[in-house]
Amino acid sequence: MAWIVFIALAVLTIGGGLGVVVTRNVVHAALALLVSLIAVAGVYLVLFAEFLALVQVLIYGGAIIIVLMFAIMLTRSADYPRITDNKQWPLAALASLAFLGVLAPSFIIDRVENTQSQNASFEGIGESLFTTWAVPFEIASLVLLVALIGAIIIARSDEEEG
Amino acid sequence: MVDLVWFQLLSAVLFVIGLYGVMSRRSAVLIVMSIELMLNAVNINLIAAASHMEGTGKFSNFDGQLIAIFIITVAAAEVGLALALILRLYRNKSTVNVDEINLMKW
Repeated sequence: MAWIVFIALAVLTIGGGLGVVVTRNVVHAALALLVSLIAVAGVYLVLFAEFLALVQVLIYGGAIIIVLMFAIMLTRSADYPRITDNKQWPLAALASLAFLGVLAPSFIIDRVENTQSQNASFEGIGESLFTTWAVPFEIASLVLLVALIGAIIIARSDEEEG
Repeated sequence: MVDLVWFQLLSAVLFVIGLYGVMSRRSAVLIVMSIELMLNAVNINLIAAASHMEGTGKFSNFDGQLIAIFIITVAAAEVGLALALILRLYRNKSTVNVDEINLMKW
């Protein structure tokens, strides 16, 4: 049962990812990215990481796709319906496949047999987040604050300055 | 039960797809999307390793999941900043094609 679900989700994830990198339409690319990200949330459920699946749907499926859609809408130019790739795309494909050729065998050679997935409870995650990981948690909030203030300052138009 | 190695292979394939997107795409928006794919691949790897770990030891079981939470946080900040940078670029140069943005190219 877990196998069937995992294979279906893996096909959706990889298909969505391929859709992002091969489609000629930038809005279709955003929708393919959405499919891929929701399928990744399903993969988290197969791994018994319910909290991460929730966060994935909320942050990626909700916020990040909307922000990317805004970026697409606000920068719509004449060449958008027919976007083109770089001329070096065969070289890029070759380099990517070579990287996969290094990565995949290294995972297979060092594989751990007969592992058992286990559930991480919400309580455990919360306790760990606010004890062991309290300092990184605070730094992450600072990173978000600085990034968003920086984004406002960068995106502000010239007339409003000074 | 699905073994750990299958999740790792899924993560490797997704990462490589994102890598190809970053190298071959011209539009800055599509490059940001490909970076999101790569970050998701890393998250799959971390969470798979975390939930397949043995229960005892110095580290708690949830460390991989917590690092994934921080990665999602940083990804959200990154997309917000990327939107601001792309808007600025579009306003100044009227394009988001990264091949045409060569102001700092020697």
